[in-house]
Amino acid sequence: MEKRIWIPFFGNFFCELGQVYDLAVRGFRAIFQKPFEKRNFWQQLEEVGVNSLPVVSLTAAFGGLVFGLQAYLAFHRYIGPGSESQGGPIIAVGLCRELIPILVGLMVAGRVGSAMAAEIGTMKITEQIDALFSLGANPVKYLVAPRILASMIMVPCLTLYGDVIGIFGGYAYNVLLMKVNKTLYLQNTLKYFEMWDISVGLIKALVFGLVIAIVGCWQGMTAEGGAEGVGRATTKSVVVASITILILNFFLSKVLPATL
Amino acid sequence: MSKIKIVDLHKSFEGKQVLKGLNLEIQAGETMVIIGQSGSGKSVLLKHIIGIMKPDRGQVFIDGREISALPDEEIMKLSRKFGLLFQGAALFDSLTVAENVAFGLRRHTTLGEAEIQRLVRESLEQVGLRGVENLLPYELSGGMKKRVGLARAIAYSPEIVLYDEPTTGLDPIRADAINCLILQLKEKLRVTSVIITHDMNTTYKVADRVAMLYDGRIIEVGTPEDIRNSANPVVQQFINGRAEGPITEW
Repeated sequence: MEKRIWIPFFGNFFCELGQVYDLAVRGFRAIFQKPFEKRNFWQQLEEVGVNSLPVVSLTAAFGGLVFGLQAYLAFHRYIGPGSESQGGPIIAVGLCRELIPILVGLMVAGRVGSAMAAEIGTMKITEQIDALFSLGANPVKYLVAPRILASMIMVPCLTLYGDVIGIFGGYAYNVLLMKVNKTLYLQNTLKYFEMWDISVGLIKALVFGLVIAIVGCWQGMTAEGGAEGVGRATTKSVVVASITILILNFFLSKVLPATL
Repeated sequence: MSKIKIVDLHKSFEGKQVLKGLNLEIQAGETMVIIGQSGSGKSVLLKHIIGIMKPDRGQVFIDGREISALPDEEIMKLSRKFGLLFQGAALFDSLTVAENVAFGLRRHTTLGEAEIQRLVRESLEQVGLRGVENLLPYELSGGMKKRVGLARAIAYSPEIVLYDEPTTGLDPIRADAINCLILQLKEKLRVTSVIITHDMNTTYKVADRVAMLYDGRIIEVGTPEDIRNSANPVVQQFINGRAEGPITEW
């Protein structure tokens, strides 16, 4: 009995994985084929990047503040008063390598990945994707390729922006609010914080951008069953992209070296 | 040689057989109306003709070339030959009316912007629309959407125009105007038309020949007069719109 349940489950899982892989390959290939869909690409840059700035600003600022708070408490409690300035590099490294890429990834998955699934899903059920095909436009090239490229560019950009805001949040809590020695805090940060720490976060963000776009587009392209189906695709795109981001983050953290 | 030839077409969805060995030939310049119940596979047939769907078995030939065996890239190159009016118009939500109508022109031709804009205006006027170029699809009524969809389908002068329920949702006057336009296109441009409809007024007005699709096959083909006088009880029940008869599945 158990076998009967597991076989279709794994069958479907690998079948869907194959579909995602196929869409990713076709989407990538389409990026390099002429004519380039400039208009859609610019629209997606704005949608993924510019329109995500407020939410990324907020999450990065409060992420930085809370990380700064915990670092302050930890040093104050376990090392002793006066040692809080040593939290600077820990805050910067932790934010740039882990927290900001994850927060940006999850925020963009929720805001943009779901929108991609909803928009493409609506196009699918209202035959607009068939209309693209009938008018000589390759739907993968027209819809998927600009989204993949825009996400892979803008998620790292948002992460870099989030790094700056987050690090400032940590600094603000420690130096401005808790009156930690500013010179020591900055000296420690600059001494132990490396460019590679930022690069690790950006590499992760690049992968997360790809995951968000592919999952969102794939959910949209395979949506069926009217408005309910689009709703399901939208929810599924957020859940699948978020889980994939969290799992991939661990493996990327493990694979990417601590220092160069 | 037939313009469109469909041989032994089979298609099923999740185990449900929709087309069960459908055969049909359509000549160049002919207007073929395909009638049949809702859910009988008429739209599926249309999507096979244009190459959007691939058959499980059987072949579709356009000008002697087997479209059902071609890869998507090749089919898209052939799409210049086709104009398709979708049942729900399928206008692109994010584009204005003018951009929707210009979409095929930009893809299929190398015309300059001024010429494209002229053709857009001309196509919209042909379907009785003026001054709507800058509106977005959500600002249009159902009937207007349908007419914009038709303008988009004919803007680049395709050789074959496929209509999926062209008059559904239109008032009788607009519906008749669309019928006249279908006739006009046939006379002016000698286009081959394939029309899917339930509307028997449209059928009798525009058809050169009528084919009845029932149970996954074409059960009768003939002139409107032949269909009107058909001895087949299924055809008679359908064209006269009777609930009683051999068709029991609604």
